[in-house]
Amino acid sequence: MTDQIIFDAVGHAYRTSGGTQMQALRDVNLAVAEGEFVSLLGPSGCGKSTLLYLLGGFVPLQSGRILMEGKPVTGPGPDRGVVFQNFALFPWKTVRENVAYGLERMKMGRAERAEIVREFIAMVHLSGFEDSFPSQLSGGMRQRVAIARTLAVRPKVLLMDEPFGALDAQTREIMHEELLAIMARTKMTTLFVTHDVREAVYLSDRVAVMSQRPGTIKEVVTMVLGGVRSPSVMKSPEFGAHVEYLWGQVKSDAVRAVEARG
Amino acid sequence: MAIQGRPGVTAFLIRWSPLALLALAWELAPRLGLVDAQSLPPLSVVLAALWGLALDGDLFRNGVQSLWRLVSGLGLAIVVGVPLGAAMATFRPVRIVVSPLARALYPLPKSALIPVLLLWLGLGNASKITLIFLGCLLPVLMSSYNGVRGVERVMLWSARSFGRGPMSVLFGVALPAAMPDVLAGIRSALALSFVLLVSSEFLMARDGLGYLISILGDNGAYAPMFAAVLVVAGAGFAADRLYLSLMRRWLAWRG
Repeated sequence: MTDQIIFDAVGHAYRTSGGTQMQALRDVNLAVAEGEFVSLLGPSGCGKSTLLYLLGGFVPLQSGRILMEGKPVTGPGPDRGVVFQNFALFPWKTVRENVAYGLERMKMGRAERAEIVREFIAMVHLSGFEDSFPSQLSGGMRQRVAIARTLAVRPKVLLMDEPFGALDAQTREIMHEELLAIMARTKMTTLFVTHDVREAVYLSDRVAVMSQRPGTIKEVVTMVLGGVRSPSVMKSPEFGAHVEYLWGQVKSDAVRAVEARG
Repeated sequence: MAIQGRPGVTAFLIRWSPLALLALAWELAPRLGLVDAQSLPPLSVVLAALWGLALDGDLFRNGVQSLWRLVSGLGLAIVVGVPLGAAMATFRPVRIVVSPLARALYPLPKSALIPVLLLWLGLGNASKITLIFLGCLLPVLMSSYNGVRGVERVMLWSARSFGRGPMSVLFGVALPAAMPDVLAGIRSALALSFVLLVSSEFLMARDGLGYLISILGDNGAYAPMFAAVLVVAGAGFAADRLYLSLMRRWLAWRG
């Protein structure tokens, strides 16, 4: 397996509204292999989303290197598909138009494009809602539209920024199953930002634990759960052990993050 | 049918009864001698005068002139203000140049420009169109600026991650996302355009509805004067209602 994504000594600082420099990330090193599902797990404010935005090319890199298939990241591009927490759908476009958006600039016939759109809407189980606007859909359905829109352009890697954080617990579980099914089909390299320990353990091949600000990767833990992921896995002793261990790793930082917020 | 129809009829009556009462008061007050019938002719007399104005073509000729000024002034303000406001929100150099100009122009009562425009552009259409354009430009510009500035950054990032360049992001994503603000700004500009149209036609015109009102008043033809005022008020009301229904249709996606 080759490393598709490499973070090499990445650091990032930003200026607060008060004018002081705030070190958000410090000396982050991580390599993600092709086809791997890696979660960035950490308390809020640890810079895990910033790390994703740097890889997405939305935020300019200040120090270190980020390589995507060996090439430095210089800006956003369709090779890195992104799914955001608040969906970032285009609310004036229908489901069909949202999913078609990324395909509009690609060289393909009208019929071919319509077929791809149909296929990806079906993949996220939204057939029949093609002409609905996002405002007419539930949160879970909106996020499925966003996932279909991102996957339709067939990116090489998928970046997800707390994609299920805005959903209720039940919907989140359904989305986990859907995402696992999609991953089993596409085998896409995924970098997944979350603060939910159970979610990270359930979905990931490896979990990178981040420390409180300035964020850095404390440890990368390989999930040994074996076989196909299904809800029954959550009852296994291995799952419980992983959750307990990782919770122990993030707990002190998470408590500090809560206290800092007052 | 009758049962289903009744709430609608009731709502209709409740909605329009204040206007009906006003019309009744307008008719009765001068007739009962509560006000001078010379200063406020009864509504029925005004309506008869309106019919007369419509028949001899005065209303149509002046109305067409006013409409043309309004549409071109407001249209120009939209065509310039919307893209400029969006560009201001997106590109720093544009903001650095335009922002101080907009801020300096903002508190200036646009009607104060009437004598200046009269001097520069004369009594023709150009002076009125320019005044309406300048007056409407700021609300349109600012609403477009604020609307585009308020668009969620992840929405813009999404567009960029699909390989879209700055222009495609601006006009294909930022501006449509800002449309509720932009359309609200145009609505206030529409109301303002009527004010500027009529006041400029009072002071610097040889035709138009404002001119018609002022010339009828000067000549003591009060019933036709009130008729012309009624037309302007009705046109303003109708324009706003029409715009509002269009706006609702364009923003149907908000659900």
